[in-house]
Amino acid sequence: MEAALGLLRRMPPKQSETALSALLSLIPQHSSDLLSQVDLPLQVLRDIESGKDFILCEYNRDADSYRSPWSNKYLPPLEDALYPSSELRKLEVEANDIFAIYRDQYYEGGISSVYMWEDDNEGFVACFLIKKDGSKSGHGRRGCLEEGAWDAIHVIQVGPEEEGMAHYCLTSTIMLSLATDDESSGKFGLSGSIRRQMKMDLAVAEGHLCNMGRMIEELEGKLRNSLDQVYFGKTREMVCTLRPPAEIVQMRLPDT
Amino acid sequence: RRRITGGDGTKLRPEERNRKVVSPQRSRWRNQLRCQRFKGAVLSDEEVYNEAAMEAFPVYNKSHMICLEMPSRAGDVIVSSYSEIAENEYIDPRTAQVAIVDHVKQICTKVRPANDEELPSLYIEEYRNALDAEIQRYVSESYPKGISAVNCVKGKDTEGPGSDFEFVVIITAMRLSPQNFCNGSWRSVWNIDFQDESQVLDIKGKLQVGAHYFEEGNVELDAKKDFQDSTIFQSADDCAIAIANIIRHHETEYLAALEVAYSKLPDNTFKDLRRKLPVTRTLFPWQNTLQFSLTREVEKELGLGK
Repeated sequence: MEAALGLLRRMPPKQSETALSALLSLIPQHSSDLLSQVDLPLQVLRDIESGKDFILCEYNRDADSYRSPWSNKYLPPLEDALYPSSELRKLEVEANDIFAIYRDQYYEGGISSVYMWEDDNEGFVACFLIKKDGSKSGHGRRGCLEEGAWDAIHVIQVGPEEEGMAHYCLTSTIMLSLATDDESSGKFGLSGSIRRQMKMDLAVAEGHLCNMGRMIEELEGKLRNSLDQVYFGKTREMVCTLRPPAEIVQMRLPDT
Repeated sequence: RRRITGGDGTKLRPEERNRKVVSPQRSRWRNQLRCQRFKGAVLSDEEVYNEAAMEAFPVYNKSHMICLEMPSRAGDVIVSSYSEIAENEYIDPRTAQVAIVDHVKQICTKVRPANDEELPSLYIEEYRNALDAEIQRYVSESYPKGISAVNCVKGKDTEGPGSDFEFVVIITAMRLSPQNFCNGSWRSVWNIDFQDESQVLDIKGKLQVGAHYFEEGNVELDAKKDFQDSTIFQSADDCAIAIANIIRHHETEYLAALEVAYSKLPDNTFKDLRRKLPVTRTLFPWQNTLQFSLTREVEKELGLGK
């Protein structure tokens, strides 16, 4: 497993699905582990009843069916399926509505879904997902991207409430790919994924949604900046290492 | 870099998936991903590995145009489809040697002199050699660790004027720093088509730049561009200078364009994926979301909004 995971974290991000399939055929005995530990770009299904799309992930799956956060029904229909309690479902409904507005504000389009379920420690776990197609044929407002995909997965464990406080543990994963195609720079593509964790103990006075929402917003922002400045920046540095810009080359001539 | 290319992309069978909902303990696993050396192999069967490697390595080596050091300080040979004589033999036109190569180990095991059938005619060699020298000069000026070669891929037996012939100029630079979690490569392939009848050189270029950074994350740049240009058919020396100038011009411009593409990222390109802040320029008012919902209801009722 270690070798498999080590390989996967080095594979070109755009080939992670192929790499995962290959590993599943090579080490089928680890397939459930691999599937549960590797993130792939999110898939979407349409909930015809409510007329809205919802995102598929391990957290709303049971067998081969997926539960829609809008209608709370499994598609395709499934007997004896797992559902959150009615109280948690109320929170889940609210979370989906609020998160849709948050998504709109930051993503100007895209799809979001939130799933919640009780965990063994009398707390609960919530999964907030966003999928955005930022290409010019999708929801890209400025039309600069030939291709643009952003997938965000935020899994947040909420501990039981104790003396008005709760412990929150957020693990956020961002997967993205973008590509431009123009006269001067040709086909320019950047893709990648990054994952970070954030833990906080917060007062529950304003409600769980408020706390979770703020943490997600903060970590998402940090990851966006990190990808942009640090990660893409490193690739930019590498290009300049391979072939320094003309001004720098000229300065070198006296040595040679 | 060892990459295993196995598998055929088969889809998952339903019985491979769990029936019960996966618990959030998976996030604990994820955080244990650290950079460590592989302690065990994914594949324990040597024979299968060797078979796959024998197939995968030549493809990788040729498409990445890896450079292998030839014995006795003869320089580097570029492994590419343009210099391939046989599956494990690659010609270095500059030293008129053929390198025998072990693809899987990525080393040149020995060299032999190229025989007459493998080398171009004197007439062609005059043009090839002149161009090779000019390109070498350009590459040493512009690439800290660049390696180049000029191969004749068509018409190498042409004895004099009256026929067409074609060269391929390869420029490759690689920077491998796995200990810093960063690798990169620059590959230029320029096709120079010497057209006798029109007395024109038709030039087509393909540039490909890649960079991979994978420290606590995994990000890759994949950039490519095609070029087209031409110049007149002159003496060997004059052609060499003209071609090298054209290549230098396009590559320098391309590098500048890449810089521009990078500088547009934070405030333009990236914005189409996710804004830094909402249009309101403030963080999302989580505590006031009831107010927000109300606004949306009103918007919907009045048929406003997007």
